[in-house]
Amino acid sequence: MRDYEKYIRYRTFPSPWCPGCGIGIILKAIAMSFTALKIAPDDIVVVSGIGCSGRMPTFFNTNTLHVTHGRALTFATGIKLARPEKTVVVISGDGDAMAIGGNHLIHSARRNIGIKMILVNNGIYGMTGGQCSPLTPQKFITETTPYGNIEPKFMASELLIAARASFVARETVNRPRPLREVIKKSFEHKGFSVVEVISNCHINLGRKNKMKDPITMCKWIAGRTVTRAQYDKLAPGDRNHKYPVGILQEDNERLEYTELYNKYIIPSAQEAARKNGGAK
Amino acid sequence: MSKRKVLQGNIIAAKAALAAGCNFFAGYPITPSSEIAQFMSRELPKLGYDFIQMEDEIASLGACIGASLAGSKVMTATSGPGFSLMQEHLGMGVMAEIPLVIVNVMRGGPSTGLPTKPSQADMMQTRWGTHGDHPIIALYPAFADEIYTETIRAFNLSEKFWTPVVLMMDEVQAKAHEDIEIPEAKDISVYESEVNVPVDLNIYDREIGEKPPRVDFFKGYPIHVDSLEHDAHGWPTIEPNTVHKMQTLRMQKIYHYLDEIIEYKEYEMDDAEVMIFSFGVSARASIPAIQMLREEGLKVGLFQALTIWPFPKRELQERFKRIKKVLTVEMNMGQMKYEVERVAPDDVDDRALLRANGIPLTPQEIYNAVKEFYK
Repeated sequence: MRDYEKYIRYRTFPSPWCPGCGIGIILKAIAMSFTALKIAPDDIVVVSGIGCSGRMPTFFNTNTLHVTHGRALTFATGIKLARPEKTVVVISGDGDAMAIGGNHLIHSARRNIGIKMILVNNGIYGMTGGQCSPLTPQKFITETTPYGNIEPKFMASELLIAARASFVARETVNRPRPLREVIKKSFEHKGFSVVEVISNCHINLGRKNKMKDPITMCKWIAGRTVTRAQYDKLAPGDRNHKYPVGILQEDNERLEYTELYNKYIIPSAQEAARKNGGAK
Repeated sequence: MSKRKVLQGNIIAAKAALAAGCNFFAGYPITPSSEIAQFMSRELPKLGYDFIQMEDEIASLGACIGASLAGSKVMTATSGPGFSLMQEHLGMGVMAEIPLVIVNVMRGGPSTGLPTKPSQADMMQTRWGTHGDHPIIALYPAFADEIYTETIRAFNLSEKFWTPVVLMMDEVQAKAHEDIEIPEAKDISVYESEVNVPVDLNIYDREIGEKPPRVDFFKGYPIHVDSLEHDAHGWPTIEPNTVHKMQTLRMQKIYHYLDEIIEYKEYEMDDAEVMIFSFGVSARASIPAIQMLREEGLKVGLFQALTIWPFPKRELQERFKRIKKVLTVEMNMGQMKYEVERVAPDDVDDRALLRANGIPLTPQEIYNAVKEFYK
């Protein structure tokens, strides 16, 4: 048994994912990051909503919570506030996090609550059979854009930086080692962290867009991946179809939400109580 | 020593929640319940506890469920439009068997409706608002002292049966300032459920009718909790026999214990020929009406439901053996009247006094409606 396997819950296998899906690489990278940081399985809770990536927590041998569509961050917020010392991880897909859960996403980022989020971006609603998501590239054919998608996609990481997330990184399933490193780094970050992982859905996105096998689709992802430095050198017009990878935002100075709550709110309230003769 | 005070209904509920051991509140401002969130934002941190204002009501109840699973005693408070948003996670609370208390202060609906005016029109939303088959416990106090005791009972029932409990109020009682004697801590009975995560992780494994054990995260054995239908382990399943068993377990954990859940009060019922069935502010208006009618020698009594759901079916059926005239009094277009109709035998003359325009029913109107039976 490899040492990361103690974080894998084998009793729930087989997995629901299609052959060649990138989610397996992400699952392993997360388990390896737990291993590297030596966090006890019972001190971790992994929360997810609905979707292909939403099924990931079932396979972690940690506390796991599988909830309603798009709302994983809200449950995680409650857990983190109640037990700030625990490691709270949220896994969410692009439909889950950026469409139905968009409100919770920006507010969690703004609050800087110490949740570690993995945002699996495969640009499609996979589990429901291939409908357009807010991260589906323009012109792509999906089950609900049979004539091509006319809506521009969100740039998830950039949106999260604007929403004041204190740690934002982007990686792809093509680069498992940097992926592992950056997930580990995000787990060490105290405030709200997001790692956007670009993954392949050759079945539900690729098939309709001339990329029906995983190799073709991963090559397509590779062709769009640039480092931050390369990205900055590109003319604005050329940036449209490129994804800068690596750590895009890191602010270790800002206090995490529960730290602020315990350092500022509770002492202030208790001081007020002393002045007014105790809690009411 | 207990203290007499003049307090707003919302504040009475919030104080009772603290007395019941509430240590986590997540909410979103909404008229006419906001005072509860405001009070909690002030008082919970004094005790070292958690308050958070979330981005909407969906998030509020989500945070409550998360905190409940992390071992907290949780509450949120809202009104109609917010309660509509909470239905999604009310269902999650039922499905995953999460103890939590939702206060719903009823205002006029539908939609944003009458934000500053009372109603009793969320009766059926409370029962059936979330999709799928599910039991629900809902309590509805009428008087200031009942707001206190029923809030504590709401927490106790949620802990005992591992289920969401809705504490219903209306805008009148939530906003009214009333004289109340706050009970001493020693006179309050607070139920604490035992936390027990079985080694085999079969957290939902029990016989039909058995009370559930409480299981939380971080108790030594990593568990899985799911909003999908699940097996005894909590893992997703679509196996028909397991699904049937889990559906039945969730229903019967409530319906096997009706005696512990259903509470009501009766006024002048011993010799009553006409029974008023009511709750909340309408029940209060019924009492002076009954006094007026009794002065005229008319035998009228009140059955005031404190437990709205599960509906006090057996209790009403018992009374219908003798009483053949019933008047349902409620501030809506006839929601609980349906329930009374369902329970009443054919020989019972069942009528209702209904109104949903934001103005509470008065004793005089109730008096007049009862007099109609004697015409």
